[in-house]
Amino acid sequence: MRKILLFSIVLISGILLTGRLFYLQILDTSYASLSVNNAIKRIYDYPQRGHIYDRNGSLLVSNQPSYDVMVIPREVKPFDTTEFCGLLKMTKEALVKRLDKARVYSPRLPSIVIPQLTKSEYAYLQEKMRKYEGFYIQKRSLRDYQVDYGANFLGYIAEVNRADIEDNPYYQSGDLKGRTGVERQYEEILRGVKGVKYIQKDRFNRDIGAYKNGSLDTIPKPGKDLTLTIDAELQKYGEELMVNKRGGIVAIEPSTGEILALVSAPNFDPALLVGRERSRNFTNLYYDSIAKPLFDRGLQAQYPPGSPFKTLNALIALQEDVVDPQESFACHMGYYYGSRGRKLGCHSHPSPLSMVPGIANSCNAYFANVYRRVIEKYDTPQEGMDVWHNHLASFGLGQYMGTDLPTGRPGYIPDSDYYNRAYEYPKYKWFSTATISNSIGQGEVSLTPIQLANVTATIANRGWFYTPHIVKDIEGEHDAIPEKYRTKNYTTIDAKNYEPVVEGMSGAYNYGTAAGVQIPGIEICGKTGTAENYTKIDGKRQQLTDHSIFVAFAPKDNPKIAIAVFVENGYWGGRYGGKIASLMIEKHIKGEITRTDLEDWILTHSLEEEYAKPLSGKPFPINDGKKISGKIEEKLKS
Amino acid sequence: MRSTARNARNNFDWLLIVIYLALVGIGWVNIYSASIDPSGVSNFFDLSNLYTKQLLFIALSLLLIVFILSLEAKFFERFASVIYVVSIASLLGLFVFGKNISGATSWYAFGSFSLQPSEFAKAATALALAKYLSDIQTDVKSFTHQFRAFIIIALPALCIVPQPDPGSALVYAAFFFPLYREGLSGIYLITGSITIALFVLTLAFGPVYIIAGIVLIAIILLIKNRKKRFGKRYFYILPIVSILFVLSVNYIFQNVFEQRHRDRFNVVLGKDVDMKSIGYNTYQSEIAIGNGGLTGKGFLKGTQTKGNFVPEQHTDYIFSTVGEEWGFLGSTLVILLFVGLMLRIIILSERQKSQFSRIYGYSIAGILFIHFLVNIGMVTGVFPTVGIPLPFFSYGGSGLWGFTILLFIFIKLDSNRVNEW
Repeated sequence: MRKILLFSIVLISGILLTGRLFYLQILDTSYASLSVNNAIKRIYDYPQRGHIYDRNGSLLVSNQPSYDVMVIPREVKPFDTTEFCGLLKMTKEALVKRLDKARVYSPRLPSIVIPQLTKSEYAYLQEKMRKYEGFYIQKRSLRDYQVDYGANFLGYIAEVNRADIEDNPYYQSGDLKGRTGVERQYEEILRGVKGVKYIQKDRFNRDIGAYKNGSLDTIPKPGKDLTLTIDAELQKYGEELMVNKRGGIVAIEPSTGEILALVSAPNFDPALLVGRERSRNFTNLYYDSIAKPLFDRGLQAQYPPGSPFKTLNALIALQEDVVDPQESFACHMGYYYGSRGRKLGCHSHPSPLSMVPGIANSCNAYFANVYRRVIEKYDTPQEGMDVWHNHLASFGLGQYMGTDLPTGRPGYIPDSDYYNRAYEYPKYKWFSTATISNSIGQGEVSLTPIQLANVTATIANRGWFYTPHIVKDIEGEHDAIPEKYRTKNYTTIDAKNYEPVVEGMSGAYNYGTAAGVQIPGIEICGKTGTAENYTKIDGKRQQLTDHSIFVAFAPKDNPKIAIAVFVENGYWGGRYGGKIASLMIEKHIKGEITRTDLEDWILTHSLEEEYAKPLSGKPFPINDGKKISGKIEEKLKS
Repeated sequence: MRSTARNARNNFDWLLIVIYLALVGIGWVNIYSASIDPSGVSNFFDLSNLYTKQLLFIALSLLLIVFILSLEAKFFERFASVIYVVSIASLLGLFVFGKNISGATSWYAFGSFSLQPSEFAKAATALALAKYLSDIQTDVKSFTHQFRAFIIIALPALCIVPQPDPGSALVYAAFFFPLYREGLSGIYLITGSITIALFVLTLAFGPVYIIAGIVLIAIILLIKNRKKRFGKRYFYILPIVSILFVLSVNYIFQNVFEQRHRDRFNVVLGKDVDMKSIGYNTYQSEIAIGNGGLTGKGFLKGTQTKGNFVPEQHTDYIFSTVGEEWGFLGSTLVILLFVGLMLRIIILSERQKSQFSRIYGYSIAGILFIHFLVNIGMVTGVFPTVGIPLPFFSYGGSGLWGFTILLFIFIKLDSNRVNEW
């Protein structure tokens, strides 16, 4: 015992200390990250975010320097607070409060005293800053919007939140990231890659040189510039026309699928979401639950398409070979079906009509007949329904369009499953007549404006389309955009079957429902739409004034533009939609407006009164356009 | 005479010498890493660099070794008392001529160099104790002789405590090992261990549980030994004394100890302590070591070391540099070297024919052990902070020379054992 006591104690202590080391160095991994946190500082070098141009090369979005006044509390020496507060245009109480907050956050790390000074404020302050120890000015880069429109597709950038940081380790607290629109979709291209320098710190948090001689440091990769497909002039004009209206305009170049204009009304100035007032402005926009300015109606609003949908039914009927274009159908102010004399109403027009005048005059009875033939061509209505559904799916309907914008809605195209569920098949049977509203673009179908614009572009192309997209070039290179925007999609309808439909749309413009919006010298093919729509007021289903819808492409041969216009509660297709569409087409093709009477009418008419009706809490009449002109009297006086 | 000298030289225990050189060498490499200027502008040969100074200290140690090994082995036994008296005088002299460096008057200053006599007093005390105990007249079992031995040990310790340097004084507890080896009663060992255990356990878990535990154990022992006729009173006395001690632990802790000592205990016991002030050293040292992982960050690559996060890293906390830059493998190697050194000394001591050499050997094994355990325990956060250096490793001339003398006197004594028939 006496001989082995020290021997064993030494041995046991050696083993125990080794065990402790094993725990510290191998088992417990938390120490490694603690060390990185306190011994190595990362300094980031942020590259300039890429600029955004329109299709003609005019600058839409660039960057502006912004200056934050920073403080490192422990380095602050007593100073003349009165003078300093004067410089910063803040009260002494506010300054003291800021400094206390900064000290609580960290005495050694910088905190922001005043964020986002303008250039002129900075120039004034810069000279005097030396006098105040512990304070300095840090430069940041903010977005600088050259235009006051297009906020819906340009999107905005904002500081990353906790979820972003957890999602992608690239982002650090305080980094900026695209939140919506192009800024979000093309975030990685616009942003570039920040550079990082690793600095070894000592225990006083002072820099003592580069970590590992800078071998881990990286240089920033600059962000790339984007060229959009948007025509800034057309976009701007579209937004002007939509003032005091709600709805969306989508214009597409049929030959490329490029989006020429994407208007959502009401819109807002993108500059609202930059700078010191950003958070207040965003809150105002976000909580406007009536006009919903942050809701991109061009991409997200799912409207009943109304009569423009008839062109699709005509195409399907031709492809399914259930009707000859020459065959006429009678119309007696509507279409009567079923044993109890049910009626799908129509307006007054010559009768009977074949396909081309049927489209031109938008005869409901014609399309009810044709639609039934499609559904009833097969043994069961289910089969017919699915054939009809699949043709529409080839136009990209009832599904997300796959545009290069982060928002969108699929719309809805019903199939047999839907009606089986709705009518509890096989307990109850259903037939083509139960779905007859689909023939005229009412009932279960719904489309977004961009989907309807794409349908129009497809008709203009006689059977194919490029998926609509908003980015034309990345850093000047067209081939840099994703492959799918450079690949043609063909519909299930043969090219020859498009001709009668194109003729019908031409007829609508020349002698039919759209004859009122003719523009000399441009051969337009169009189609009006007047869609019934409903809302819920206090839980009760309530019909509102019809939506005004118009689709068109021009010129008839080698089309340059295809457009869809939705104006919420705009009475009927020709009243708002048709006028706006024809003005947009003229603007795009001629570059100037000859029909100034049309333009004046649109600019001086407002639908705000109409929109106020359901909110008034009182009963109100609908579709009484003759009584309410919507004319803005004040504007005329001035 | 010449032949004996050569004989002795060949009998040097080369294993001890190799381990010594390895520890000193590794120690210097780590001091270099801990004290190099990260900007890298200073000249290697500039004596203002700590690592250059340490290299000079190492060179002087080698001279010291040659000197010690060239002395007659009998010299140490013969002059043990003189050396001891001189050493005590040097400690006392500090109260008059001492130079205060960072709060402790432990140094004699000679120009830019200073000497710390307490580092040499260990060797002197070991020699004196060995001399006294190996005297044919001395009986370790006699209380009077125990008391005299205790005086020999306590005298230098008492001179060191008020410097103040209680850490260095603590090292004198190491002399318990040679005393026990030479026949000191086991009661001391048991009493000492129980006292320390009760103290620590009471601080960690509070007196209530510990008293309950003592009562339980006492009852069990009573029942088991109820048929025993003698020595029963110990079963009553021991628990009562223990309980009284446990009850006084809090009083001792709160009133005898100073706040910084209390803080150091609380850090190790994991009590709620602010890691940015009180627990800072231990915390940063644990981070540095933990940061090393299996193989370490590599020579001069330790971020904690470079950032000087661990205070006193080139002296008492030098082991944290080993841990960070050489990882688990490197630090285990150092522990192996130390354990090997101490075990080798114990094995050699047992082989000594002369009682003097054996006692001396046990003394220095004990001293090295206390330094090793307390220092590495502190750096790895299992022992309270006690400012004593890691032998052969920590920066400082006095310390290095003190330990070199300590070890090489033993090597000299050991080499001579063949001549002591």
